[in-house]
Amino acid sequence: MSIPDGTQFEGALVEQAKALLVQLESGDSHQAMKTISNLHTSRDQYLFQEVGKLTRSLHTAIQNFHVDSGFDASTLGEMSRMEDASERLNYVITLTERAANRTMDMVEETIPLSNSVGNRARELKPEWERLIRREMKPEEFRVLTHSVTSFLEQASKEASQIDDNLSNILLAQDYQDLTGQVIKKVITLVQEVQDNLVQLVKMAGSVDQIAGIEHAPFDPKPKENPVGAEGPIMNPEKRDDVVTGQDDVDALLSSLGF
Amino acid sequence: MKILIVDDFSTMRRIIKNLLRDLGYTNTHEADDGNSALPLLRSSDFDFLVTDWNMPGMTGIELLKAVRSDDKLRSLPVLMVTAEAKREQIIEAAQAGVNGYVVKPFTAQALKEKIEKIFERVA
Repeated sequence: MSIPDGTQFEGALVEQAKALLVQLESGDSHQAMKTISNLHTSRDQYLFQEVGKLTRSLHTAIQNFHVDSGFDASTLGEMSRMEDASERLNYVITLTERAANRTMDMVEETIPLSNSVGNRARELKPEWERLIRREMKPEEFRVLTHSVTSFLEQASKEASQIDDNLSNILLAQDYQDLTGQVIKKVITLVQEVQDNLVQLVKMAGSVDQIAGIEHAPFDPKPKENPVGAEGPIMNPEKRDDVVTGQDDVDALLSSLGF
Repeated sequence: MKILIVDDFSTMRRIIKNLLRDLGYTNTHEADDGNSALPLLRSSDFDFLVTDWNMPGMTGIELLKAVRSDDKLRSLPVLMVTAEAKREQIIEAAQAGVNGYVVKPFTAQALKEKIEKIFERVA
């Protein structure tokens, strides 16, 4: 796809306009009308040519991205790249959700284990201190040795369970590599789409020029509901309409009398 | 203390549920957007509402406004826990009568502080 060269057409336009002026000044209106008609014809031809190029580019762009899987017989049954991109992003959601849940399962399983070790150690401590202070009767000591033995066994079991759970939490983070790869592919596709759109806009621009179509000036700021949901802010430090953290929120709210 | 957690992501509901449990609040219920939360709030006796902002169906800010304009629910304490970080959004939530605003990503400490502050005022 390339930007059409309009200089040839413009050159012809200038030549014919000059001829038209000469013809009108010399009173040759018959020839002047012919020139006007020629001007029309060359403008139309150029316009058709440009519209043709634009149509072909659109066609290619659509084919490239298989925007519509039913676009032609050869792409039927093949997944469109847009659909594929959505599917990939859904896969990212699935993987991250699974990892988050797996991690939370492990954390929820681990907290009671570490609580149990801590609680039992705290229970044993006063008894143990009594033993050190030699305040313990022999029968109490026998009970304590049982308690300590069972605590040591239990603690060692629980500690290995905690180790296992921590390794599982570690393993659950493997989604990052997979989702990273998937997202990179989608980013490449988005960039391709963007480049193609820019080319299309350029081609459409030269059609507009010939056809004399004018558009409202481009407003780079998207018109959106000012208080619509925007989701996470990617670069809060580069914007002055967003807060950068909880401290900012608290300051803003307290300035409002909260 | 009966608490309703409203978020469209089940993982976020689970995180908040766990943090609330650590704070000693075990009677938590869940809804995935304002549309499913509102009937629950109306038909039951919740003491506290924790809601996200950006949700399909009915958003958190719409839910907050609906709560404030409902005779039965108007004094229900509402904490917003959201990624929405535009100043005008925070101002809008404040004007709509939110009791606390926590931006994601948040810490357990921030959530705890806000909840305690809200309960102090309510008590």
